[in-house]
Amino acid sequence: MDLAFTPEEIAFREEARRFFHSEIPQAIRDKVAEGEGLTRDDMITSQRILNARGWATPNWPVQWGGQDWSPVQVYMYQDEMQQANVPPPIGFNVTMVGPVIAQFGNEQQKQYFLPKTANADIFWCQGFSEPGSGSDLASLRTRAEHKGDKYVINGQKIWTTLAQYADWIFCLVRTDLAAKKQEGISFILVDMKTPGITVRPIVTIDGGREVNEVFFDNVEVPDENLIGQENKGWDYAKFLLGNERTGIARVGASKAKVARIKELASMERVGDRPLIDDPRFREKLAAVEVELKALEMTQLRVVADERQREKGKQNPASSILKLKGSVIQQQLTELLMDVVGPYVLPYQRDFDGRNEPVIGPDYATEAAPMYFNYRKVSIYGGSNEIQRNIVAKAILGL
Amino acid sequence: MDFDLTDEQRLLKDSVDRLIADQYQFEQRKKYIAEPDGWSQAVWQQYAEIGLLGLPFAEAHGGFGGGPVETMIVMEAFGRGLVLEPYFATVILGGGLLRRAGTPTQQQALLPQVAQGKLKLAFAHVERQSRYDLADVATTARQDGAVWVLDGAKSVVLHGDCADRLLVTARVSGDRRDRMGIGLFMVDPAAAGVSRRGYPTQDGLRAAEVALSDVRVPQDDTLDDSGGALPAIEHVVDEAIAALCAEAVGAMQEMHETTLEYLKTRQQFGRPIGQFQVLQHRSVDMLVALEQARSMAMFAAVTAAEQNATERRRAIAAAKVQIGRSGRHIGQEAIQLHGGIGMTMEYKVGHHFKRMTMIDKLFGDADAHLETLARLGGLFGKAQAA
Ligand SMILES: Cc1cc2nc3c(=O)[nH]c(=O)nc-3n(C[C@H](O)[C@H](O)[C@H](O)COP(=O)(O)OP(=O)(O)OC[C@H]3O[C@@H](n4cnc5c(N)ncnc54)[C@H](O)[C@@H]3O)c2cc1C
Repeated sequence: MDLAFTPEEIAFREEARRFFHSEIPQAIRDKVAEGEGLTRDDMITSQRILNARGWATPNWPVQWGGQDWSPVQVYMYQDEMQQANVPPPIGFNVTMVGPVIAQFGNEQQKQYFLPKTANADIFWCQGFSEPGSGSDLASLRTRAEHKGDKYVINGQKIWTTLAQYADWIFCLVRTDLAAKKQEGISFILVDMKTPGITVRPIVTIDGGREVNEVFFDNVEVPDENLIGQENKGWDYAKFLLGNERTGIARVGASKAKVARIKELASMERVGDRPLIDDPRFREKLAAVEVELKALEMTQLRVVADERQREKGKQNPASSILKLKGSVIQQQLTELLMDVVGPYVLPYQRDFDGRNEPVIGPDYATEAAPMYFNYRKVSIYGGSNEIQRNIVAKAILGL
Repeated sequence: MDFDLTDEQRLLKDSVDRLIADQYQFEQRKKYIAEPDGWSQAVWQQYAEIGLLGLPFAEAHGGFGGGPVETMIVMEAFGRGLVLEPYFATVILGGGLLRRAGTPTQQQALLPQVAQGKLKLAFAHVERQSRYDLADVATTARQDGAVWVLDGAKSVVLHGDCADRLLVTARVSGDRRDRMGIGLFMVDPAAAGVSRRGYPTQDGLRAAEVALSDVRVPQDDTLDDSGGALPAIEHVVDEAIAALCAEAVGAMQEMHETTLEYLKTRQQFGRPIGQFQVLQHRSVDMLVALEQARSMAMFAAVTAAEQNATERRRAIAAAKVQIGRSGRHIGQEAIQLHGGIGMTMEYKVGHHFKRMTMIDKLFGDADAHLETLARLGGLFGKAQAA
């Protein structure tokens, strides 16, 4: 057992750090640090800078712009990127649909979609969940009927993140009503400009607009947009979900939050001393740091283990990383509210653009909205209850 | 010992519960938020008509002589409905300060107006640096002949934007954090030197930032310039915390009931999700947290009028700790067990969750009160002197 990285790995880490700090605009990284929403342009700008260096899609096959990195390098890349508050490359593009197209798409689809997906020339969104099908995703009902050389899609998706920004949506649709529920699902790519698609925003409790309902009313899609085989979509979806591995713990992002909380708690005063000198506060923070360090070590163990693993196979350890990582992220938003104190109250989001001075310290604005918004991290991507079900099944085998 | 309500209290409860059921459905509340004040003038008048606005005041002042238990009944119902009107700011805080620190003349003149719904008040106390320390007052009051002249800035003044009068703490002597030297003054927001900036709070209520620059307060509007106003302010704040505890219990109960309903109706994997045992247990843990909170809200209510400040502080601090913790647990679980729908503005649970979160931040969060309680020696037994 040796926790030391090789000189090459250390050099790689430094190179990544330098790159992220010098190349990604400070204004964008500040927004990430403050928890402010990014514009579509921010995301695209950042992703193009990464892509120009071949760093937007390191997890893809080398042939399609991936990097032949060791798991340690992948980890360092993610960790440095998160700590530098660099927006992660658009997840729908890079960790979700890209690898699916690379693995299961035909040559024409790869040629057309992969370069555009890597460069964010296409902004993707994910159309999986439906009103009646959340945790029980396989019960989805959005229907795609094969008619001639087209599929005609009718139905509704919900919770579609950033559909308002998206050029294309990748969907799970039902193509066989008679089959067992997992066996009648197909994976299809749909241009958001196709007639019959309506996007309706859903405002979340923090006042933000990141999720939507997407309605399909006789939407005609060329059948060349089907990925792989008809009725095999569930397998591709499982592959997609199994792809998100260690990044899910968001250790680097949490480290950046701890650093930020410490910085702010050194400025914020309680009585005659900085908040960071308040024993109750700093013990609470230190306790989360212990959990975070343990999670980082666990993540590294998973990373080391990945070297021996087959690609595309889900590692149950990723559920553990998600469970712990989500709770730590949520706890840190609570600590940020503790720092802000009574100034969490003013709701300042709709003052946007009115140029009024911020009420209270300028870091107060996002504290409560971030706490509210981060309740999502234990809900989406397979809720924490579902993650526990997965692990329980694996360890009990009942 | 008796946990039952008296006949009068029961009548009060019935009428408030009915009012909230009739006037505070989620859709109605949305309309009130959109009104110019961010709350409903019409509903405010109804509070006046059924006697809620004068509830804690003496009969001589146009009130009903209600105590903390009556306030608890009202606030719990308000917590269920997520009431937007400035009841807490006007009746509990403002009315409380007039009752405990006002002169008989001021009480005589103002409390009946409050009871009739004609006068709204706000407590302008928090400052940029003060956080939860009630003694931390940097705003100054200096004497100029018969008037006091105030300078300073007040923050997060609850419903300060619509108040007809602001009750302002200012330092007449001593250093910024001294317990002695705090005075209490009534300021007309229209007076020269006062500026206000109103805004919504995270929970859909309203507050204001107030700046005071050479504001002249006539003798008649001085509540207490002896420099010894803090104990009365602390008592009012303790009563206010007891009221918030009751409001929080109402919000928690609503979140719990809504969650139970959802567990029974939401279908996944071909059955109501409430059939998953893990979710059953989670709903039970929510109930445990709710009942613990309810008990402590009652403890706070029966102790709020206590004159022994240390005894009262202990009880109120303990209650605020419990409320903060139970509220956080129930709020987070309510959202989690709803899944995506719990995260949306269109669904009421998220609004209760937000109100609950803000209640924790008013007049000291759970951590701040835990520290107070620990400093006062906890609740049971006694530490041995070394
Ligand atoms: C902010 C946000 C963004 C999202 N973005 C997207 C997106 O871009 N694309 C997309 O397709 N989807 C997206 N989702 C949807 C997300 O994946 C679902 O919310 C999630 O799968 C849960 O489904 P549900 O909301 O229907 O809750 P339900 O499945 O109805 O769950 C309700 C509760 O029951 C629990 N539960 C359900 N089944 C079980 C069980 N068997 N055992 C124990 N407990 C159970 C759940 O854990 C939860 O607590 C997003 C969601 C959110 C909140």
